[in-house]
Amino acid sequence: MKAQGLEQGAVIDGYTIGQRLHQGGMATIWSVTHPDISSPILMKVPNLFEGEDPAAIVSFEMEQMILPRLVGPHVPHFHAAGDFQPQAYIVMERVEGQSLLGMINDLPLPVDQVAALGADIATALDDLHGQHVVHLDVKPSNLMRRPDGRIVLVDFGLSRHDQLPDLMAEEFRLPYGTAPYMAPEQVLGIRNEPRADLFALGVLMYFFATGTRPFGDPQSLNGLKRRIWRDPVPPRTLRPDIPPWFQELVLRCLEVDPDARHPTAAQLAFDLRHPEGVRLTQRATKKKADGFFTALRRRFAGERVRQVRRGAQSNYISSAPIILLALDLSGASDDLTDGLRQTVARLLRAAPASRLACLNVLKLARLAIDRSVDDLGQNKHAQRLGALKRWAAPLNLSEDRLTYHILEAVDPAAAILDYVARNRVDHVVIGARADSTLRTLLGSVSAQVAAHAPCTVTIVRNRAFGQDEGAASAAVS
Amino acid sequence: MRLALMADIHANREAFDACLEHAAGQRIDQYMLLGDYVGYGADPGYVVDRIMDLCAKGADAVIGNHDAAISGDTRGMNPIAATAIGWTRDQLNQTHQEFLGGLPYSIDTDGRLFVHAEATDPPRFGYITNTESAARDLHESQANAVFCGHVHMPAIYGITATEKVMRHVPVTGVPVPLPRHRRWLVVLGSVGQPRDGNPDACYGILDTVKCEIIFHRVAYDIEAAAQKILAAGLPDFLATRLFIGR
Repeated sequence: MKAQGLEQGAVIDGYTIGQRLHQGGMATIWSVTHPDISSPILMKVPNLFEGEDPAAIVSFEMEQMILPRLVGPHVPHFHAAGDFQPQAYIVMERVEGQSLLGMINDLPLPVDQVAALGADIATALDDLHGQHVVHLDVKPSNLMRRPDGRIVLVDFGLSRHDQLPDLMAEEFRLPYGTAPYMAPEQVLGIRNEPRADLFALGVLMYFFATGTRPFGDPQSLNGLKRRIWRDPVPPRTLRPDIPPWFQELVLRCLEVDPDARHPTAAQLAFDLRHPEGVRLTQRATKKKADGFFTALRRRFAGERVRQVRRGAQSNYISSAPIILLALDLSGASDDLTDGLRQTVARLLRAAPASRLACLNVLKLARLAIDRSVDDLGQNKHAQRLGALKRWAAPLNLSEDRLTYHILEAVDPAAAILDYVARNRVDHVVIGARADSTLRTLLGSVSAQVAAHAPCTVTIVRNRAFGQDEGAASAAVS
Repeated sequence: MRLALMADIHANREAFDACLEHAAGQRIDQYMLLGDYVGYGADPGYVVDRIMDLCAKGADAVIGNHDAAISGDTRGMNPIAATAIGWTRDQLNQTHQEFLGGLPYSIDTDGRLFVHAEATDPPRFGYITNTESAARDLHESQANAVFCGHVHMPAIYGITATEKVMRHVPVTGVPVPLPRHRRWLVVLGSVGQPRDGNPDACYGILDTVKCEIIFHRVAYDIEAAAQKILAAGLPDFLATRLFIGR
C-alpha cells in the first residue's frame, strides 16, 4: 500500500520503474518501461501514508476512474491502472514537451501570444467537456504543450465526470482546487459546471498578460470567497497596451455568474482566434475595479451567491453550438440564399446561445498571384464581405452572435473542412449548387463537406417546381 | 467473470425474454436473479419455468417478497399487489410454488451479497431508496458489495474514504467502476416493471475482473405485455404503467 516502498528497478505488473520524475504533494511520478510499449510512459503512484489527507486517495481514485475513459490528443493516453492491493498506480503516456509552468518566469507575455495560447487551451477544454468531464484544476502546471503545439490537460484528480459517481462531492467540506484559479461556483462546492474551467482559463490569461494574478493567492476560505463579490482590477489598468477586445474576453471569463461567461469553451476559442469579431461591452473599457462600497454591498446582499448557484445549472454542450454558414456567392439563386437564411434562422432560434459564422471562400487559381490580381483580390474581398453582411442583415442577430469570414483557397471544400475542424464548428449549413457542368466535372463542394465534416451538415436545396415528378428517380435509377 | 443481474421481472415475459436475448450477446458467465419473478404481470408460469431452467444450468436466484407471498400471506402489500398475487397463485402449479418457496433469501460469494431488498434483514424486504437507508444497510452488513432490487429504480451507493455515503444514478451503457477497496450497494432497476420514467427493461452486468457494473436498457413489446395483463383481468394500472415506466 505504501508508495515510498517503490524504488528504481522494481517491477510492478510488468512495468519496470525508472527515474523518479516528480514528487508531488499527493502523488509521485516515475518514468517506467514495458516490453510491449515503445512510446515513453510514466507511472503515477499516490502518496499513501498513515493519517494522510483522504483527499490524496480520493483524488487518485477519481483519476483512475476518469482517465481510462478519455481519448484524443488533448489528454495523456491511458495504458493501465493498478488496484490499491498491492499497489495503486496509473500508467499513462509521458507527454513530450513542457508544462506551461516554466512560462511564468517570463511574464508578462505579448497579448497575441497569450490569446493564441488561450485559444489552444480552450480548444483542449472543449474536447474534454465534450467527453463529459470538467477539469476543475486548470492552471499552468496542469497544461502541457505537445511538440506540434497542441495542449494536453493533465491531472484529473479534482475532475468531475458527469456520468460517473463523484467521490469528491460528498467527501470534503472545503472546496478542492488551486486557490488563484478556482471559479466562484467551485468555491461554493459546485462541481458540475464546465464554465468553471473558463474562469480558470481567464485567470491564467490575465496572469500571463499582466504578470499579476487577478485574485492573488488566498490561503483561507474567506479569502477564496472574496472573488464572489470583489471584481479584479481590469487588465488594461495594469498594462495600458492591452487591446480592449482582450480585456473584454478575459473579464468575461472572470464573470462571477457562469451564465455571463462564454457558453462553451469552443465559443471562447473562436473569439480568441477572431478578435476583430469580438463585440465590446463596458467590460472592454472598464478602468478600475468596482468601488469599495459596491463590493461591500454585494458581499452582504447575498445576491451574488444565489446568482452563482442559479447560473451553474446549465445544459451546457448541446445548447450553444457554433453554426457555420458557407455561402456561395457566385451565381447562387436568390431562392437558394433565401432558403439558407430560413434554415439558419430556425437553427438560431432553437438554440439562443448559439452563434453564427458566415463564410465565403474566394477561390484562387493554382498559380501564384501577380500584383494586379492582388489588387483585384482586395476588391473582391471587400465586395464579398459586403455581400455576406447583406445576406445576414435580415436575421437581425446581435453582433456578439455573428462573425464574417472570407477565406482564400484553391480548394473550397478543403478550406471549409479545415475551418470546421480548427474552430470546432458544430453544424454546417451549405447550399447545394444547381446542376451544372462545373459540378459534374469537379464534384460538388457541399457533397465533399457533407462526406468529411466531423459534425452535422445541413445541405439546403430548393424544391423543384414545375418539373416531372418522375425525373429525379429516373436520374438515380 | 461476467454476471448478468436481473431483478423484479414480475411475470413480464416479453421484457424478460428481451433481456435474456440481449444478455446472450454479452459473454455472460453466470446469471444472478434477484427476486420478484412473479406478481403484477400476466406470465408467471412462463417466467418461473425459464428461471427454473436457468437455475438448472447454473444460475443462482434469491427470493423476493412477491415470490414469498405466493406461499405465505399478502399482509403488508398494497391492494393491487395483493390482487395480483391472488391471481398469480392460481396460475402456478405445485412445482412452481415449491421452487419459489425453496429459494434462499440471499447468496453470499466472494464478499458480494445478492439479495432482493435490504441486506441486513432480508425477510423484512425493506426499501433502499436514499443515502440514509443505504448507509444503514451498508454499515450493518458484512459484505463488501451488496446487489439488490425491490425499488425498481437503478442507483449506486458507495461509502467514501470518510465513511460518508454518496449516491449515483447510473447512465445507461456507461460502465461504473466499483473499486474493491470501497464498499458498494447497487440497486438494480427492474426488468418487468421499471419505475424510473424509462419504460425499457433494465438489467445490469457486473464484471468482477474489471470491477465495474454496466446498466443496460432493452426495448421490448410493451403492447403485448400490457394486453395480456388486461386480458387476464388484472388491474388496468398494471398495464398502463408499463408504457410510461412509472
